[in-house]
Amino acid sequence: MTTTPKVSLRGLYKIFGPRDKEMMQHVAAGMGKPELLEMHRHVLGLQNINVDMQAGEITVVMGLSGSGKSTLIRHLNRLIEPTAGEILLDGVDVTALSPADLRKMRQEKMSMVFQKFALLPHRTVLQNAAMALEVQNVDTATREAEAMKWLHRVGLKGYENRFPSQLSGGMQQRVGIARALTSNSDIMLMDEAFSALDPLIRTDMQNLLLELQKELQKTIVFITHDLDEALKIADHLVILKDGAVVQQGEPQGILLNPADPYIEDFVSDINRARVLRVKSVMTPLHDPSMLDKLKGKTFAGDVAILENLESLIARSEGDTSLHYRVMDGDTPVGELHMRDLVKALVPRVSSTA
Amino acid sequence: MAFYDGLFDALGLRDWCDQDAVVAPMSMADLLKANQADAIDPNAEAFPFPSLDELHTACGKISQTRDFTTGIEDSFLAARAGLKTVLDPITQPLSLALDSTLYVFETTPWWIIVPLLVAFAWFVSRSKWVTAFVAGSFLFLGAIDHLHVALQTLSIIFVCTGISVLLGVPTGIAMSKSNLLQKSMVPILDLLQTLPTFVYLIPLIFLFSVTESKLYGIAIILYAIVPVIRLTDLGIRLVDKDVLEAADAYGMSASQRMTKVELPLALPNIMAGVNQTIMMSLAMVVIASLVSAPGLGVLVLRGIRNLELGVGLVAGFGIVLLAVILDRTSKAALSRVDKASKQ
Ligand SMILES: Nc1ncnc2c1ncn2[C@@H]1O[C@H](COP(=O)(O)OP(=O)(O)O)[C@@H](O)[C@H]1O
Ligand SMILES: [Mg+2]
Repeated sequence: MTTTPKVSLRGLYKIFGPRDKEMMQHVAAGMGKPELLEMHRHVLGLQNINVDMQAGEITVVMGLSGSGKSTLIRHLNRLIEPTAGEILLDGVDVTALSPADLRKMRQEKMSMVFQKFALLPHRTVLQNAAMALEVQNVDTATREAEAMKWLHRVGLKGYENRFPSQLSGGMQQRVGIARALTSNSDIMLMDEAFSALDPLIRTDMQNLLLELQKELQKTIVFITHDLDEALKIADHLVILKDGAVVQQGEPQGILLNPADPYIEDFVSDINRARVLRVKSVMTPLHDPSMLDKLKGKTFAGDVAILENLESLIARSEGDTSLHYRVMDGDTPVGELHMRDLVKALVPRVSSTA
Repeated sequence: MAFYDGLFDALGLRDWCDQDAVVAPMSMADLLKANQADAIDPNAEAFPFPSLDELHTACGKISQTRDFTTGIEDSFLAARAGLKTVLDPITQPLSLALDSTLYVFETTPWWIIVPLLVAFAWFVSRSKWVTAFVAGSFLFLGAIDHLHVALQTLSIIFVCTGISVLLGVPTGIAMSKSNLLQKSMVPILDLLQTLPTFVYLIPLIFLFSVTESKLYGIAIILYAIVPVIRLTDLGIRLVDKDVLEAADAYGMSASQRMTKVELPLALPNIMAGVNQTIMMSLAMVVIASLVSAPGLGVLVLRGIRNLELGVGLVAGFGIVLLAVILDRTSKAALSRVDKASKQ
C-alpha cells in the first residue's frame, strides 16, 4: 500500500527516569533493558519503535504484561512524553505541539477507552458519555443529544440516568465506548479495553467493536495481551517484547511464519483451525492465464476465501485427499489441497522450544 | 566559688570573663552566697548541669537564661509596630465580618433567626431527624435563657469556619499540586495542631488589642483551619489516577480537570475536613472567651472565676448541645455528598 499512514511512529524510544536523555547514548550503544536498570537505575520502556497505523484499520499491539503496551499507546496522545523519536499524526509531529495545540488534538482527533473504564463516578451515564464534548464547550442540548445517540448505538437505551456504579462491568465499558464515539474523533485508543471483563461479555464486546468498525471505519489502536482477541480483531498486528517490536504484519502471516521463538510460544496454544482462513493457506493463482489450468482439474467443491479452516475440515469430513477450488465471490482465485491445510495446522517450532 | 570556675581558667578565658564584670546589681542569692563565702552551700550539687545560669556564676560574660526570654520579648515588641502596620489592614475584614455577623445574629428576632437556622440545617442535611433535633435544641436553649449566648457562639463559628474553608481549600489544592509546598506545610500544620490552644493567644495579645474581635478570630482560624487544608490535600491526591488520565486524554485543561474531576471526587474528604474544622472552632471559641469572645464560653469562664457551679455547668451543657447539632448536621451533609459521589 502506498497511502500515507494515519499515525506513524518513527524511531520511538522511552526511558523512564530523571536523566532519560543522557541514557539514550547507552541504549544507542546497544545496552539492553536489564543492564540499564542494573547499572543506571533507568527503565527502558520502549526501544526503536517503528509502526505505521493505517486509516480505517484496527492495529493491535500485543505483548505480555510489562512489555510496554500501555507505554506505547500513551505516546500517541502524549500522556507519556517520548525520550526520542517522532510521532506523526496525519504527517504532523505530535511531539512538537504546544500545550494548547496538544489539548486540541486530544479533544478532536483522539479518544481513549480504558481497562478500568475510568468513568466519572459522580456523573450519570449520559453526562459521562457527553464529557468529551463538554470539554470542547459544546452546549448541553447538542452534546447530550449526541451522547444519547451513541449510548443507544452501544445498547444502553434506558440507562442514561443511572450512575456508573449501578452498571455491570460490561455495561460500564459500553459507556466508555460511547464516550469515545461521542467525541467524534478519527482515532480511538483502547488500552486492554476488554481485559477486565468476563469471557462471554468480552466476546460480545469484541463483536460490538467489529460491528461498529464496519460502519464507522475509525483508526483503532487496540492493546491486548490475549492472542485470540488480537487475531479476532486485528488488521495489523504488532508484537512487543521488552519494549521492542519483535514482529508486525498481517495476523495470519504472523501465525504461519512466526519470526521468533517468543512468538512461536505465543501462537502454539492457539486453535489454528478456527483462526486461519483459506486465504492464508491456499495456493493462489498468480495470473488469469492459469485459470485454464484450474478448469481442467476436478475439485471436491468450492470454498470461500474467508472461510476458516475449521469449517472446511468439517465439510471434508477429515478426508485429506480432497482438493478444493477457492472462490472470491464468483471468481476462482486459487486452490487448496487438504494435505496443505493439515500441514498449516501444525505449529512450527524451531529447535528445542 | 562556682563549680565551673576551673573550666574557664583552664581555657584561659578568665580575663575575658572578668572584663567589666559585676556592675549589675547582685541578686539575693548571690548576696547570700557572698556572705557565707567558702562555706559549703548545702543545696549545691556535686556536679551541676552546665546551664546558662550556672556558667554565668563562673563567668560574667555568659548571659543568663532570663536574658533570653527578655530578649525574645524585646525583639517582639520592636517588631510589633512593623507587624501591626502589615497585619492590621489585612485582618481588618475579619473584625468586620465577625462584628457584623454577630450584630445580625443578636438583633434578628428569635422567631426569624431560629426558623432560618433550622431551614439551613434541613437544606444541608436533608434529614428529618437531624432537622428536628436542631429545632428541639434551639427551643431548649431558648427555654433556659441561653439562646442569645448560643447564637453569639454560633455566629463566631459560622464566620471562622467560612473563612477557614475559603482559605483552607485553595491552600490544600496548592499543596496537592506541589510536593515541595506539601513538605514545607506539613510541619507548620503539625505545629498549629499540637500547640496548646492557650499559646496561640500569647503573640496575638501582643499584636492586637483585646477589644478587637479579630484577635479571637485569628486564634480560632489558625487552630481550626488545619483539618480542612489537610483533607483537601489528601482528597485531591487520592483521586483515582485512571480517571485523571481519562480527563487528560480527552483534552481537559488544568482548570477543567480541577473543577470537573478533582474537586468533585475529593468532596467527601473535603467535607470531612469541614466537619472537623467546625468542631475545632467550637473548642477554640470557648477558650477564646478569655480574650473577650462573646458567647457560652463567657458563662463557663464566669463559672470558673466566681465558682458559680450551676452557671458553668449549664453553659457547658449548651456547648455540648451545639457541638452535637453542628456535628450531626455536617455529618449528614457529608454522607449525602459521599453517597452522591459513589452512587
Ligand atoms: N512511570 C514509570 N516509571 C518507571 N517505569 C515504568 C513506568 N511506567 C511503566 N514503567 C515500566 O515500563 C515497562 C512497561 O510498562 P507498561 O507499558 O505498563 O507495560 P504493559 O502495559 O505492557 O503491561 C514495565 O517494565 C514498567 O515497569
Ligand atoms: Mg498495561
